[in-house]
Amino acid sequence: MSDVLDGPGVQPDLKVVGTRPIRPDGADKVTGRAAFGADFNMPGQLVGKILRSPHAHAKIVSIDTRKARALPGVKAVVTGADFPNLASEMHEGGEAASNLRDLAMNVIARDKALYDGHAVAAVAATSSAIADEALRLITVTYEVLPHVIDVEAAMSPDAPVLHAHLFTEGLEVRPTSASNVARRNQITRGDLAEGFAAADVIVEGRYTTQAVHQGYIEPHACVAAWVEDGQCDVWSSSQGQFMVRTYCAKILGLEISDIRVTPAEIGGGFGGKTTVYLEPLALALSRQSGHPVKMVMTREEVFRATGPTSGAVILVKLGAKVDGTMTAAEVELKYQAGAFPGSPVGAGSMTALACYDIPNFLITGWDVVTNSPKVAAYRAPGAPIAAFGVESAVDDLARKLGMDPLALRERNGVRNGVKAAYGPTFQNIGYLETLAAIKDCPQYSLPLGPNQGRGVAAGFWFNVGGESTAAVHVNEDGSVVVVTGNPDIGGSRAAMAMMAAETLGVPMQRVRPRIADTASIGFSMLTGGSRTTFATGMAVVQAAEKVVADLKRRAALLWEVPADKVEWRNGAAVCLDPAKADPKPMTLEILAGQSARTGGPISAQVSLNAQGAGPGFGVHVCDVEIDPETGHVTVLRYTAAQDVGKAIHPSYVEGQVQGGVAQGVGWALNEEYIFDSDGRMENAGFLDYRVPVASDLPMIDTILVEVANPRHPFGAKGVGEVPIVPPLAAVANAIRSAIGVRMADLPLSPPKIRAVMDARAS
Amino acid sequence: MSKPHISAIVNGDPVEFLADPGMTLLDALRDELSLTGSKEGCGSGDCGACSVIVDGRLVCSCLMLAAEAEGRRVDTIEGLAQGGRLHPLQQKFLEHAALQCGFCTPGLLMAAKALLDANPDPTETEARYWLAGNLCRCTGYDKVIRAVMDAAAELRQVKV
Amino acid sequence: MAQLDYLAPLKVEDAVKALAATGSYALAGGTDLLVQLRSGRIRPDTIVDLKRIAGTIGIREEAGGFVIGAATPGAMIGEHEALSRAWPGLVEAVSLIGSTQVQGRASLAGNLCNASPAADSVPAMIAARAVCVVVGPAGRREVPVEAIGTAPGRTSLAPGEFVLEIRLPPRPARSSDAYLRLIPRTEMDIAVVGAGVNLTLDAAGVVIEAQVALGAVAPTALLVPDAGAALVGSKLDEASLAALDTAARAACHPISDKRGTAEYRTKIAGVLARRAAFIAYERAGARA
Ligand SMILES: Cc1cc2nc3c(=O)[nH]c(=O)nc-3n(C[C@H](O)[C@H](O)[C@H](O)COP(=O)(O)OP(=O)(O)OC[C@H]3O[C@@H](n4cnc5c(N)ncnc54)[C@H](O)[C@@H]3O)c2cc1C
Ligand code: FES
Ligand code: FES
Repeated sequence: MSDVLDGPGVQPDLKVVGTRPIRPDGADKVTGRAAFGADFNMPGQLVGKILRSPHAHAKIVSIDTRKARALPGVKAVVTGADFPNLASEMHEGGEAASNLRDLAMNVIARDKALYDGHAVAAVAATSSAIADEALRLITVTYEVLPHVIDVEAAMSPDAPVLHAHLFTEGLEVRPTSASNVARRNQITRGDLAEGFAAADVIVEGRYTTQAVHQGYIEPHACVAAWVEDGQCDVWSSSQGQFMVRTYCAKILGLEISDIRVTPAEIGGGFGGKTTVYLEPLALALSRQSGHPVKMVMTREEVFRATGPTSGAVILVKLGAKVDGTMTAAEVELKYQAGAFPGSPVGAGSMTALACYDIPNFLITGWDVVTNSPKVAAYRAPGAPIAAFGVESAVDDLARKLGMDPLALRERNGVRNGVKAAYGPTFQNIGYLETLAAIKDCPQYSLPLGPNQGRGVAAGFWFNVGGESTAAVHVNEDGSVVVVTGNPDIGGSRAAMAMMAAETLGVPMQRVRPRIADTASIGFSMLTGGSRTTFATGMAVVQAAEKVVADLKRRAALLWEVPADKVEWRNGAAVCLDPAKADPKPMTLEILAGQSARTGGPISAQVSLNAQGAGPGFGVHVCDVEIDPETGHVTVLRYTAAQDVGKAIHPSYVEGQVQGGVAQGVGWALNEEYIFDSDGRMENAGFLDYRVPVASDLPMIDTILVEVANPRHPFGAKGVGEVPIVPPLAAVANAIRSAIGVRMADLPLSPPKIRAVMDARAS
Repeated sequence: MSKPHISAIVNGDPVEFLADPGMTLLDALRDELSLTGSKEGCGSGDCGACSVIVDGRLVCSCLMLAAEAEGRRVDTIEGLAQGGRLHPLQQKFLEHAALQCGFCTPGLLMAAKALLDANPDPTETEARYWLAGNLCRCTGYDKVIRAVMDAAAELRQVKV
Repeated sequence: MAQLDYLAPLKVEDAVKALAATGSYALAGGTDLLVQLRSGRIRPDTIVDLKRIAGTIGIREEAGGFVIGAATPGAMIGEHEALSRAWPGLVEAVSLIGSTQVQGRASLAGNLCNASPAADSVPAMIAARAVCVVVGPAGRREVPVEAIGTAPGRTSLAPGEFVLEIRLPPRPARSSDAYLRLIPRTEMDIAVVGAGVNLTLDAAGVVIEAQVALGAVAPTALLVPDAGAALVGSKLDEASLAALDTAARAACHPISDKRGTAEYRTKIAGVLARRAAFIAYERAGARA
C-alpha cells in the first residue's frame, strides 16, 4: 500500500511535481553504464593500499618502510610524518561539524593508533599484488596500550585515556585532568522535581544500543592525480565533491583552487560518505610517485575503518497524570564518539523529546571517545538512538496508564505554535496528521495471532537547508540543462529536473540534470541532512524563475511591447497587449532559437543559503511474530506514515521511507559491531554483520502525509532521515507486546529473546 | 608461471584475455574487458553486486577464478538490454523506482533474470528468497520485489 | 613474490599428483576457497580445479542408492527430483547453503572438506550414513562422512587425496529425513545450530531406525547415537521427543562466539532435533 494524503498548503495545479516519471539517470544505472567510484581509471595509475593498526590502542614507536620502498614496483610510501600537523579547528560540514586536526589524524595516525583498523601507512605500487607485498614489508613497532570501547567504561575515572589534551567541555567547572568525556550538553525547561512531583505515574528505563554501520554497498573508492605544477584532480565517490576538496586542501596544505574534484556516481552513503578517508592519502601517494593513484577499500576496511554510528546508553524517566498528560521527562544520553570527539549526541539530545510538549524536562548528553572507528554521520545522526529509549519508555507509560499508545502520543504531541524542546516554535508541522494516518491505517486494527505483537513509535528530524548552487541553461533547441553540485544518492536528479520543468512549464523529459565537478559549478554543501531536494531544489527553482523572467523580457523585445505585457504560461510567452494583432505564444523553443537577437545565451545561476527546511515527523507501526523456542523474530507487517511536505517524486519519497525502515529494522534486530577482548572487530563482513536481506522483510507500506512547507516553492520538506528514527522502538515495542517483557538492549537477537523467554517461564 | 590465456563467450561474443591465475572473473570482467557494470561490494560472496550468469547458472563473479571461465558462456549486465531496447526487468525497475543509488542494481537484475528464466511465475516469497543474496541497502526491497513480479507478469504475457 | 598456479586436470591421477605437493588446494565451487584466498587466510602455490574430471559433476542412481559427484553444485542437487524425493532432508540442507549465487557453485565435498563445524550439509549427510569415495596416491578408499572432519579446518585426508564422489545408501520404504538450522536472519547466515534426522518406520508407524546428527555444537559435526536411540521404538510421543531433546543437548560441547553462546546453542540443538524429527517422521509416514 502506498497512500499520498494531501494536506494543508499543497498547491493543487502542479503538472510535473507530484508525478512519477522515470529518472533521468535510470537507463545508465540499469545497464551498468553508470560510473561509480571504482569504475574510473586514469592512464598510468598505480594501486594504493593502506597498512592498518591491528591494535585498538597503541603507541607507534617506529615505522620502518625501507624494505617496502626497495621492492621493485613500489613507487611511493607515506606515513603520518608526510602530512602537516594541523591546529585544532572546527569546520561546519553540512551534516556535522568536524575538527580538522582530528580528521587529519583519522586519515592517518601520527604517534598513536586509536582503533583496530586505524591507517598507519600507505603504499602505491604498479600492481595490487606488489602493493600487498609492500604492506607486509613495512615494520611498525607498537607499544600496545590498554583500550576501552564500552561507553560507560570509557567514562570511568580509571579508564585508559585516548587523548592527553581532552578536557571535558560543558561542565560548570573545567576538570583538571584529561578524560575520555569530550563534552556534556544539557537542554532543560521548567522544574524537573516539581514535574515529577505532579505525576501520578512514573516509568523509568535504561536502554543500550551497539555501534552499527551505514552499510552502503559501494566501498569507498577514488583516483587522484597530482600534476607536477601542483594542480590536482580527484575522482571519487562521496556525498559532496566540495567537501572532499576542502578537506583535501586542509589536510595537505593546498590551495582550494588547485584541486578539482569530480563526483562519481555514489553507491549509497547514508551519512557515511560525508568525510574523507582515502582521497588525501591517494593525493600524497600521487605527489610522491608522480603517477595517478587509485584506491578502493575492501569491505573489511569499510567496517574496520569508516564511520559506524555510536553505541550508546540511554536513561529515560517519564512522569504523567492519570489522564496521560506528561508532566516531566529526564533523559540522559551517553554516546560513543569513536577515536575522536564528535558523536551525534547533540542532535540526539535535541531530537529526544521533539515530538512531545512537556513542561518540565532535562536532557543531558555525553560525548565520549572510545577505541573504535571515529563515528560518521548515519541518517538522522543521533536521533534513532535517543528515540529508541524515549519511545520505548512512552510505550511502557501507555501500558501503565492503560492508554492506547497513539492516543498518549496525541495527547502530548507537538503542534503548530508549540515551542520545541530544542528551542524554536513549530510552524506548519504535520505530526498530529501523521499520528492520525497510522490510527486509520488498515494494519493498526488487524487482529493479532498467538506469539504476535504490535508496536508503534514516533520520530523526528529537523532537516537542514544550507548553501547550494544551481545553474539552468536553455539550449538553442529549447531543451534545458540543469547543473547542480550535489551527488545524487537516491534519485535527486529526478527531483531537480521535475522542479525546473514545473517552473519552466515544459515536460520533464526536456530537462536534463547534470552534476558538475567543483570547477564547473558554484559551491554546494554536501548531500546530507535531507537537504538536497529542499535547498538545492530551491536554487534550481530560483534559477529557473530567473530564466523565465529573462524569457519574458526577450519575448517583449521581439513583440515590441513593455515587459509587463508578457506572461509565462505552459512553457510559452503570451502577449497580453491587445493592441498587437493576435501574436501567437512564443514557446521556449522559439525564444531559444532567437536568443542571439535578444541578448545571447539564455542561462541563469543561483547561489543561496536556504533556511527553513521544515522539520519532519514519522509514525510507524510494526507487527512481529516470535518463535518462543528459538527467540527468532519475524517482521510480519510494517506501515510508515510521514509528514513529507510535498512529495516531488512520490516513488522516491516512498523509497526513502522504505529504505530507512529497513535499516532501522536491521539495527533493532541483528546489526552490531562485535569486538573481541583485544578490541578487534570480529564481524567485519556482510556474512556476520547482518543487514536485512530481501527475505527478512515484508512489503513496507507507506503513507505520505503532505503538510506543505511554505518556505519551499512547492512545499517540500526533507524526507530521507525521519524514517530511520522510529523503527528501533517500533520493533522493540512490538516484541514487548508479543512476549510481555521489555527488551532494552539492542540488537534484539534470538539468543537474547530466548533468554528472556526462559526467565519468564521460571 | 605464465598467465593463462582464456577464451570465453561473454554476452554472446567470443573474448580472449590473459589472466593471472589468482584473478577472479569479476576482476577480469572489470579490468581486462572493461565491463564495469558488475560491481564489487564485498569480494566474499555476501552482497551479490558481482552477480553474473555462467553457463546458465547465477554465480558471484568475485568467487570464481577467471581461469575457470575457459570455454564458458558468461552473461553480464552489459548484455541484458538487446538491440538498444531495455529488458522488461530493466524497464520495470525504472518504472517502479526499484533503485536508489543503483549500485546493487546490475547484480539484482542478473539475479532476477536468472529467477525468471528458472521460474516464470514466482510467488513473492520465492522471489525474496531467490534474491536474498543480493543486498540492497537503499530500497528496503519493496519496490525491487514489485518490479520483479511485474516484469514476470509481463514476460508471461509476451510468451502466450 | 610467490606466484599462484592454476591447474584443471582431466584425469584423477593428474589431480592426485598435483594435490600431493605442499601448498596445493583442491577447488570445487570455490565459495570457501576463494574467500580464504582473497582474505589472505591461505596462500596456495597451486589451485587444482576438480570440475573438469569426469564424474565430479553429476548425480546418478546406482545399486538402489545415489552417487553425487564431489563438485556438483547445490543448485543441481536441488533440482534433482528423484534425489529430492528420497533424501529431502539432505537436499534441503544443501539448498540452505548460501544464496542462489552460492548454490550455483557450492558443492557437498567442499562443504565437507572445508571442515567448518557449522557446515549445513554435513549433519544431513552423517544422518544419511553417506560415504565418501576418496582417491589418492594409495588408490581408492571409502570413508564415512563423519570420519572426514577432524577439527575446525582440518580433515583426515592425506596429501594427494581428494573426495571424488559421495554415496547415499539405498532407501528402505517408510524412510525419510529432515534438516533444520537456526540463523538470525532468514538467509545468508552460517548456522548457529544445525540438526539432521533420518528415520525409518515400520508399517505401524513405529520408528525402527533413527540417526541424529548435529552441527555447530562441537569442533566437528556430531553423530549422536543416544539421540537416535531415543526415537527407536516410538511414534514420536512426548516422552521420546523429550528424551531426544535431552540426548541432543547432552552431546553438545559448543563454544561461545560471535554467532551464539554455548548455552543458547545447546538449548537450540534440542529444539531443532525435535522439530526435525517431527518433519522426518511425517515425511517417512507419507512414503509408505
Ligand atoms: C555468502 C556465503 C554463504 C555461505 N553460506 C553457507 C551456509 O549457509 N552453510 C554452509 O554450510 N556453508 C556456507 N558457505 C560456505 C560454502 O559455500 C560451503 O561450505 C560450500 O559447500 C563449499 O563448497 P565449494 O564447492 O564452494 O568448496 P571450495 O571452496 O571449492 O572448497 C572448500 C574446501 O574444501 C576443499 N575441497 C573442495 N572439494 C574437495 C574435494 N572434492 N576433495 C577434497 N577437498 C576438497 C578445498 O580445497 C577447500 O579447502 C557460504 C559461503 C558464502 C560465500
Ligand atoms: S562482490 Fe561478489 S558477492 Fe559481493
Ligand atoms: S539501490 Fe543502493 S544498494 Fe540498492
